[in-house]
Amino acid sequence: MNLFLPDESATLEFAGRVFQALPSGCLVFLRGNLGAGKTTFVRGCLRAAGFSGAVKSPTFTLVEEYTLPDRSLFHFDLYRLNDPEELEWMGIRDYFRSDTICFVEWPERGAGLLPEADLEIRLTLEKTARRAEVSAHTEKGRELLAQIAMG
Amino acid sequence: MYVLGIETSCDETGVAIFHSQQGLLSHHLYSQVKTHADYGGVVPELASRDHVKKLIPLISRALSAAGIDKYRVDGIAYTAGPGLIGALLAGAAVARSLAWALGIPSVAVHHMEGHLLAPLLEPDPPEFPFIALLVSGGHTQLVEVEAIGRYKILGESLDDAAGEAFDKTAKMLGLGYPGGPEIGRLADEGLAGRFVFPRPMTDRPGLNFSFSGLKTHTLTTLAATSSTRQDKADIAAAFQEAVVDTLLIKSQRALEETGLVRLVVAGGVSANRRMRKKLHEMGREKGYRIYFPRLEFCGDNGAMIAYAGCQRLLAGHAEPLEIRARPRWPLSDLLPP
Repeated sequence: MNLFLPDESATLEFAGRVFQALPSGCLVFLRGNLGAGKTTFVRGCLRAAGFSGAVKSPTFTLVEEYTLPDRSLFHFDLYRLNDPEELEWMGIRDYFRSDTICFVEWPERGAGLLPEADLEIRLTLEKTARRAEVSAHTEKGRELLAQIAMG
Repeated sequence: MYVLGIETSCDETGVAIFHSQQGLLSHHLYSQVKTHADYGGVVPELASRDHVKKLIPLISRALSAAGIDKYRVDGIAYTAGPGLIGALLAGAAVARSLAWALGIPSVAVHHMEGHLLAPLLEPDPPEFPFIALLVSGGHTQLVEVEAIGRYKILGESLDDAAGEAFDKTAKMLGLGYPGGPEIGRLADEGLAGRFVFPRPMTDRPGLNFSFSGLKTHTLTTLAATSSTRQDKADIAAAFQEAVVDTLLIKSQRALEETGLVRLVVAGGVSANRRMRKKLHEMGREKGYRIYFPRLEFCGDNGAMIAYAGCQRLLAGHAEPLEIRARPRWPLSDLLPP
């Protein structure tokens, strides 16, 4: 699935659409360079979930947690990670549960230790607009992708 | 009262001895910036291990520089949060255990309280109440400070911290880490006004910040040039001017809205020369007094923790035996000593 997102509100709206389709227990990778809109995408998901507070960049803290009415959302940023082994020190396995949704920015820094993502969203900058490419890597992910594509 | 202060919330190991009457007696800092520079940021586990290695030698040095031995210490203050959990625990465990072994009290200090009290270590310190602008790699906040422990958050960054914006913009321009000093140096060679960056959220009421959008602006501006050194210098100047102006506009607004006349600026970004100059100019023009910590206490350090801890220990604060660290800890949760 490949989508052109002309502005920020389009990114937020698209993120909301993806989020509505996600059941608990999902893992989503967000790829893209600095400024590609990864955290903006997570903000769109949280807005769709009814969360109206600040969605801070997790670069400094590595992970930000959001408690939603029915589940928890974890927003990771592995940008600062040097060695994937550091994920073990963070207790990464404790986050991926059936009652959470996890978004991981810079998953390549955790290669080998992160499980396969259900969905992967790659954001690229096209002038001031963005392009989103969504791919599925699990059976659950393929079902979700079909659902999202149908709108 | 002799207080040993220990700071390990991120990538600096800071140790200091503060005396309640004599003031600051010694302070030592070990910076891991070189270790982390290759990675473009802090590596959390590496940071924790480094703190463990450096703390005891630094404590010994600080004690001997202050001319006392450890049995003269009356209390130990340590940073308990916010910060990286492993790094915080390294300092907390050493501080709490040492206090237990010496039979003296220890007190958990909030890292940002340390920063906002840092200018009180200077001669001619600010009186309460004042507005504090806290700007670092992890935080951007405007706080109304009524007294020690009475803090009201007036505004904060909704996305990237100001220091983080400097780091990421530096990375986009191919500069090193930490980004603040690198951008500041390059901006000096830049042509002011060739590019004009937006001042995010200054056109609407409120005291919150948003620096995330500046990344896109940097990228699109850079893409439209041929990326020469001069192009990058001009972009660095435009970016720095936008961040400094935004911080200035919101600080001035906080002073106007509260009717306060003193502004304390602290945290790593408060070392930025352009910001110091423009804030001092604003103060002279509007009749505000602006306070900065000395340059070496803008970033993380043990002196501010020893000072903040001393104020709390003097009021009788002491922690139970548990070792406490809180990676997320809102400043507004604090109570006066």
